[in-house]
Amino acid sequence: MTDNGNPTGWSRRRFLQTGAATTAGLGALSFSGTAPTGFVRNAWAQDFRNNPGNSDTVTLGFNVPQTGPYAEEGKDELRAYKLAVKHLNGEGDGGMLNTMQPTALKGNGILGKKVDYVTGDTQTKSDAARASAKRMIERDGVVMVTGGSSSGVAVSVQALCQDMGVIFMAGLTHANDTTGKDRRRYGFRHFFNAHMSAAALGPVLKEQMGTNRKSYMLVADYNWGWSVEESMKNVTEEMGWETVNALRTPLGTSDYSQYLTPVRDSGADVLFLIHYGGDMVNSLTQAVQFGLKDATVNGKPFEIVVPLYSRVMAQGAGEAVAGIYGSTNWHWSLQNEGSEAFVKSFGEEYGFPPSQAAHTCYVQTLLYANAVESAGTFYPPEVIKFLEGFEFTGMGNGDTLYRAADHQAFKPVLVVKGNDDPQSQFDLLEVVKEVPTEEIMYPADLYPGNLGPYEV
Amino acid sequence: MDSLLLQLLNGLDKGAAYALIALGLTLVFGTLGVVNFAHGALFMLGAFVAVSVNKLLTISQKVRDESITAFEAYTEKPYLEIWLGDLGTEIIQWSVPISALVAIPVMLLIGLVMERGLIQYFYKRTHAEQILVTFGLAIVLGEIIKVFFGANPISQSAPPELSGAARLGAMLGLNENLVYPWWRLVYLLCSFLIVSSVFAFLKLTTYGMVVRAGMADREMVGLLGINIQRRFTVVFGIAAIVTGLAGCLYTPILPPDYHMGMNFLVLSFVVVVVGGMGSLGGAVCAGFLLGILQSFAAMSWVKDIVPGIDQIIIYLIAVVILLTRPRGLMGRKGVMEG
Repeated sequence: MTDNGNPTGWSRRRFLQTGAATTAGLGALSFSGTAPTGFVRNAWAQDFRNNPGNSDTVTLGFNVPQTGPYAEEGKDELRAYKLAVKHLNGEGDGGMLNTMQPTALKGNGILGKKVDYVTGDTQTKSDAARASAKRMIERDGVVMVTGGSSSGVAVSVQALCQDMGVIFMAGLTHANDTTGKDRRRYGFRHFFNAHMSAAALGPVLKEQMGTNRKSYMLVADYNWGWSVEESMKNVTEEMGWETVNALRTPLGTSDYSQYLTPVRDSGADVLFLIHYGGDMVNSLTQAVQFGLKDATVNGKPFEIVVPLYSRVMAQGAGEAVAGIYGSTNWHWSLQNEGSEAFVKSFGEEYGFPPSQAAHTCYVQTLLYANAVESAGTFYPPEVIKFLEGFEFTGMGNGDTLYRAADHQAFKPVLVVKGNDDPQSQFDLLEVVKEVPTEEIMYPADLYPGNLGPYEV
Repeated sequence: MDSLLLQLLNGLDKGAAYALIALGLTLVFGTLGVVNFAHGALFMLGAFVAVSVNKLLTISQKVRDESITAFEAYTEKPYLEIWLGDLGTEIIQWSVPISALVAIPVMLLIGLVMERGLIQYFYKRTHAEQILVTFGLAIVLGEIIKVFFGANPISQSAPPELSGAARLGAMLGLNENLVYPWWRLVYLLCSFLIVSSVFAFLKLTTYGMVVRAGMADREMVGLLGINIQRRFTVVFGIAAIVTGLAGCLYTPILPPDYHMGMNFLVLSFVVVVVGGMGSLGGAVCAGFLLGILQSFAAMSWVKDIVPGIDQIIIYLIAVVILLTRPRGLMGRKGVMEG
């Protein structure tokens, strides 16, 4: 066709064929964008994406980092999700199903449907996480997506879930953005955030290290790191500290030597390591190798602070964590009914206590299940309305509120310190202070954002 | 001043790794004329020799941990500790230096198998075909390691005697605060030893002299009745040892994963190109040079002027060098040009 004098290479027949195919394709796309293309059996119910209808099972999507710098946390999240599914289906000892108040859960699945799940690997990368979440929604028909652990991932998957009309129960994500400027109607976060970490840590740092300090920050270069940097600066500068420098390091850096070297020369006497997971294990161990922990600067002992701390990281870093302050969402040594029940079932299943990431993921799964059970439907707008402003207790953190305005959960925050004298192999962090909710609460419009519509 | 000195040390350290890999790469290219993209995989395999040795030394028995009451917890007690007591503990702590000794025969074997089993069939093929087959080999080796060890980095620790910080400042009469990790100094020292022994082998022994003669004129040496092919196979083995040791000793600095070879491969090719294709001295010098420049580029005042410079400096330098000296710093005429 191209050599008969037609300069564009298009014939009338080919044009018509292509046109017809494009129209059909666009039609199919626009249709599947709003409703499932399959035949929906209980068509009398509200129609929505991935309505389980009369099916005996309902599928949840667990989207966690199984590779990349946060893989260890991801593995623990997956363990918690599997445990939660077991408990929801009435297997095992029930864990927090027995301590959660109020609850509509009966241990017979969700609305009588057996809970099933699919898993995905976010690779600690936003694009991979979105692709994986999309696959779960489109191919596996999940009613809810949950997972972490990176705020970059959480923000992008949350936006995708909003667009696709599927609820996202965030796992470990600590940036202010997740429930701040990037908040979404379909996204809920049980984990605490950078603002709360800073508010909780500030007074303790002041008490331990005084008001005349110079700080140096090494910051993971993405939305979470920036958020913690901003919040920590606000709090520490207000109490008289000076920030000498905040140096941004790429996510997944393994050799921090070139970033640690200038710290000594800068005159700073406190180092904030705003890293998480494997990155934190590397940066902290190397900071200790470079002798920073034993140094004396400006006549004061040099201090290292890790704003977001977890047991998994402490285990990775080993003895390096002793005496180092940070904050955490939850810790397995807490003595309350919910925590004890969870630690017992998790420990019996896996042989070691759960991390804060595992805790938040387990709780999120139960909260979603309870909201569906209470609302009496999987229809997302009804489930969302139930969760907005939901107050509960018995899940390890004391009284907790899911604030309607930004979908952020509010509960006490723990300030922890690396244990100098561990009593057991898991006794790595010591809870220094349980900061009450009032002290870390902030107005919802401090980080303005738009939740978006219920119906999508 | 102190921070300049420390960044210099950091750069030397990084440069040492680059130089060792690039040295092996040039050795293979110069003798066999093969562009070996599986070279990074040898670095990775060397690192995993350390991981494997550590795993073997710490085969453990599960012991009930009585200090945990909430559930049944177990700790792992290595058999070596059970049998040998404190000596066992020390052997485990020294696993990285021990694995360096193990790595020498293991890497030699891997090198010989690789050369005899695959590479020898590609001597007379084009560079493009060599690149494809060795790149494929690198992927296969990486995936094999992934199957056995998983995708995540496995950290290794230096012996406790060498894992602290050396008080360089106090030793040299400079600022008291000037300290540097012992293991990194050990790594630097080891790399100097390895580089100088390779050069000594090539320059001072008759065997090395024949190899050099073969590099210069393979046909002539062959006509003199010397089996140059066998010597080149041995050189490939030596290159594998050099690279494997670089990887093995690097594990306490950088927790190894199956992909680390690829990251270093790209860098070491840049190093070879900057140093000049086929020049052993060039590869070593360029390795140290690029390592040092990369470290200085990470200093905060440099980053203030050009943000992100630490990520691209190496490639920037490569572009500049190739524009001004197309054969690299010490490149010879006629190498990879026809």
